Amino acid sequence: MTTDLLYGLVTGILFGFLLQKGRVIRYDKQIGALRLLDMTIVKFMLSAIVVGMIGTYALVDLGLAKLSIKPMIVGAVVLGGLVFGVGWGLLGYCPGTSLGAVGEGRLDGLWGIAGMLAGAAIYAEAYPLMNATVLKWGDFGKITLPQVLGINHWLVILPIAIGSIFLFRWLEKKGL
Amino acid sequence: MGSSKDPGAWNPYLAGALSGLVSIGSVWFAGKYFGASTTFVRGAGFLEKYIDPAKVAKMEYFIKEKPIIDWQWMFVVGILIGSFIAASFSGSFRLQAIPDMWRERFGDNATKRGIVAFIGGIIAMFGARLADGCPSGHGLSGSIQLAVSGFVALACFFVGGIIITRLLYGGGERK
Repeated sequence: MTTDLLYGLVTGILFGFLLQKGRVIRYDKQIGALRLLDMTIVKFMLSAIVVGMIGTYALVDLGLAKLSIKPMIVGAVVLGGLVFGVGWGLLGYCPGTSLGAVGEGRLDGLWGIAGMLAGAAIYAEAYPLMNATVLKWGDFGKITLPQVLGINHWLVILPIAIGSIFLFRWLEKKGL
Repeated sequence: MGSSKDPGAWNPYLAGALSGLVSIGSVWFAGKYFGASTTFVRGAGFLEKYIDPAKVAKMEYFIKEKPIIDWQWMFVVGILIGSFIAASFSGSFRLQAIPDMWRERFGDNATKRGIVAFIGGIIAMFGARLADGCPSGHGLSGSIQLAVSGFVALACFFVGGIIITRLLYGGGERK
């Protein structure tokens, strides 16, 4: 258990360091992306996703890691995702980056953190209601894209990687 | 990379790719995928326990996500520390209550910014818990596992965000 906590702390420090270096924890960058003016966070996220998916599935193929998939509940993921997006656009930080923002001195992140704690408390009150309604709307279980398409996972990873490189080239050409 | 205006900035592709490597290492060595929003539930549970421990003990959601300090809690604290280290060493730490883009549009009122950030935080966290993840848990960890929920959530995060920022800032003013 203690090693678990130490791993968590070290991993968080490394991630926080890179988030700050990549300049993705700033309001101007997050809102810049949502206003389609500055794609820094898209570049960062997609780079992390492409590298991460190759490594994760390599580990899974070698029997060194297990997947941990969240269920695709259409009602919850779509509604929750849209609601999150609205809050994100107002706050300008997401849960992880709000801490990073405070780390580089952005004090408005503290208001966001307080709001998110309140939001979690409100959700805890609403959970029985949500569990009886939205969380039951369209539950497809823990599915992955390769499962849905019925193809090997590398046949999904490769096109995503290649597509990302083309997207990056396009973004650079457009100066976004 | 890095200018005098923004000391110590790295290319976002490089910083992102290295973050991908960190996430692989985490899965390999600790068996943990990145996530952040569950920690806010545990945090809220901690605070509420001070007020009414009996109620917290009975609430379904706090039974599901117990108020304990776990891997993710430390991960989230680590993000703050890591960001502080990076900002301090590169001289880019700056105390600022109003982001530049916000100030340009909404002016110099820190309370106004604080209230909107607080309300935004409430809405964002409600949505994240309903969706069962945030840009870390769904966007990053879901996508690297090719989870359908991860890709759909990520798309919805951006759709919701693009709509509200269009309302706040207006559209078509690209420079």
